[in-house]
Amino acid sequence: MTTTTSPATATAPARPATPSTPAARVRKRLNSPAATIASILIAVLWTVPTFGLFISSLRPEDDIKTTGWWTVFGNPRFTLENYQEVLFGRSASSGQLASYFVNSLVITIPSVLFPLAFAALAAYALAWINFRGRDWVYIGVFALQIVPLQMALVPLLSFFSEGVSLGGVTLLPAWNLSDEEKFIQVWFAHTCFALPFAVFLLHNFVSQLPKDLMEAARVDGASHPKIFRSIVLPLIVPALAAFAIFQFLWVWNDLLVALIFAGGGNEVAPLTVRLAELAGTRGSEWQRLTSGAFVSIVVPLIVFLSLQRYFVRGLLAGGVKG
Amino acid sequence: MTLVRAAAATAAARTVPGAGPPRRPFRPALRTVPLEALMDFADEAPKLLMLLYGLLAFAVVVGGLLLLLDVIPSWFARRREAALLAASTATTPGAPARSTTPADDAGGVPPPRRRRSVVNRREGGLALFFLLPTLLLLTVGLVIPAIRTVVLSFMDGRSENWVGLRNYTWMFAQDEIFRVLTNTLIWVIVVPLVATSVGLVYAVLVDRARFEAAAKALIFMPMAISFVGASIIWRFVYAYRSGEYEQIGLLNQIWVLFGGEPQQWLQNPPLNTFLLIVIMIWIQAGFAMVVLSAAIKAIPADVVEAARLDGVNPWQMFWRITLPSIRPALIVVVVAISIATLKVFDIVRTTTNGNYETGVIANEMYNQAFRFGQTGQGSALAVFLFVLVIPIVIYQIRNLRRQREV
Repeated sequence: MTTTTSPATATAPARPATPSTPAARVRKRLNSPAATIASILIAVLWTVPTFGLFISSLRPEDDIKTTGWWTVFGNPRFTLENYQEVLFGRSASSGQLASYFVNSLVITIPSVLFPLAFAALAAYALAWINFRGRDWVYIGVFALQIVPLQMALVPLLSFFSEGVSLGGVTLLPAWNLSDEEKFIQVWFAHTCFALPFAVFLLHNFVSQLPKDLMEAARVDGASHPKIFRSIVLPLIVPALAAFAIFQFLWVWNDLLVALIFAGGGNEVAPLTVRLAELAGTRGSEWQRLTSGAFVSIVVPLIVFLSLQRYFVRGLLAGGVKG
Repeated sequence: MTLVRAAAATAAARTVPGAGPPRRPFRPALRTVPLEALMDFADEAPKLLMLLYGLLAFAVVVGGLLLLLDVIPSWFARRREAALLAASTATTPGAPARSTTPADDAGGVPPPRRRRSVVNRREGGLALFFLLPTLLLLTVGLVIPAIRTVVLSFMDGRSENWVGLRNYTWMFAQDEIFRVLTNTLIWVIVVPLVATSVGLVYAVLVDRARFEAAAKALIFMPMAISFVGASIIWRFVYAYRSGEYEQIGLLNQIWVLFGGEPQQWLQNPPLNTFLLIVIMIWIQAGFAMVVLSAAIKAIPADVVEAARLDGVNPWQMFWRITLPSIRPALIVVVVAISIATLKVFDIVRTTTNGNYETGVIANEMYNQAFRFGQTGQGSALAVFLFVLVIPIVIYQIRNLRRQREV
């Protein structure tokens, strides 16, 4: 595999002047103006909705509700009041998003760390520790990727709220979590649902580490935990980063799991739940929806734009999360 | 190969501490809280405490596990050494009979044997500890619940009586639910097709263009936006005000410019389903574009060169060279988007909540199980969703296998 592709990749950078991919040739020959116009058209089509929302979030309430955002160029009036109101407003009808923002953070950080650590351990064991049934365990974990999380929601919720009982015998009591403690069940759910993909993605990387390196370390007397910590972990940092970004975006942007396991109150519910609620009950309060949407977008956007490299690498290595 | 990888790893290790920047923006936001809101901030303390507990639990669990893993092998090693020692002392009486010295026997011969055994020995106990958290969580959080959902799908709404297949026949008998199923079908056909096509066309168009990176980032950006955020963005595009007022929604404005009456876009079936599908396409096209663009760049230059010498035109180049070369990536993209589309929930819930005949399976499943208390019917819908995923995955696996054979 590597032998067939490496010459090609080696020669490609040597002649940067000529377009060496077929797509570039297609683009070049399809009389260039048409191609340029088409690509600009798509780019505009993809950007304008977000742009319109952003502009609107900065306009006074009356303006948003009576004139289109495109009129702002003739009559520029901007304010930060919407953000002030939606984040810190005291009335129940305002967003109070600051509180939900904190919730989103509290939900997201452990929900990224736990699956990351557990999956790294599991991926190492599945790739480099010799034990009976290894392949079967890997296939099992791999197959779990395709189980939609909808399959687990109802029983998992009853597991938290009613415990487990078999034939009238209580095997596990209910967790009976209240208020802030509900974070625990959200973390738990997110961790469980993330693990199959996490193990799969990290296993792809860990198993490609050079075999000689591992055997050399073993012969030198390093134990598996030692190898894991001092050799494997540093080498798979890019993969860890890729998964961390995936999981961060997934958890921060998730609605379904949060709706079910966090409830709707401002003690636990994340931004997405609150925004969906605002969109449902106050669908025409555009001054809140626009600024609120932007509050929820800004963090993942920053994470995404600054760490895009890892994200793309992860995409190419593992497909998408199911 | 190893060197490159290691270099990449160290470069990455150097840049990852830079993961700090994303955190920076929102700290000031918390600090510049207006005075009146400072009181509210006291409400946040318990949450941050929970976060602290969570992080502590993480440190204890992971740290403890690593510590345990360190202790166990050394314990095993000590026991093994003791056993070896016992064995060697037991055999030494026979050693003098041989001509080799005991020192040779102890130092020269065993090491190679032990070396081989170190690498190939089965280490089930140790592996179990590495795998324990993952397997435990998967069993409790995914495997058992999934089995239980299948069981529940054969029971009534309160999970008390067996109803056989009634929940499944209900799906196809009820007009509304049948509508939900056909909507899902429309989603699964349209979204992968259009999103992949747009992504492919765009990838070809901007390949090696001057602003390639920026142009790609624009299309790719929606992937970072939550489905809820995306839905609000597009609801604003579809916003409606009656004819006598100025329009605030872009779509209605354009519609009016061309002489139409303003429409309640999201309330007109069947068009509204397609307008929701636009949102999903908007999100997924970036994913398709990135993966396909990488595939295009990986096409060997000599293939292109040969085709050019044969005098193919751009169209032929696209259909005969580009498309066949990126076929595997194309399949991966279509499959991934199909599965994501099957499970789409947030978009429908945020825009119409399944009203106006826009419902899809995942949304209906949520409504049945968590709003109407119809656990049985909700579970049946979940199982049906799972069943729909399976053929797609089988297709994918068969493709992967065929590639591996070639």
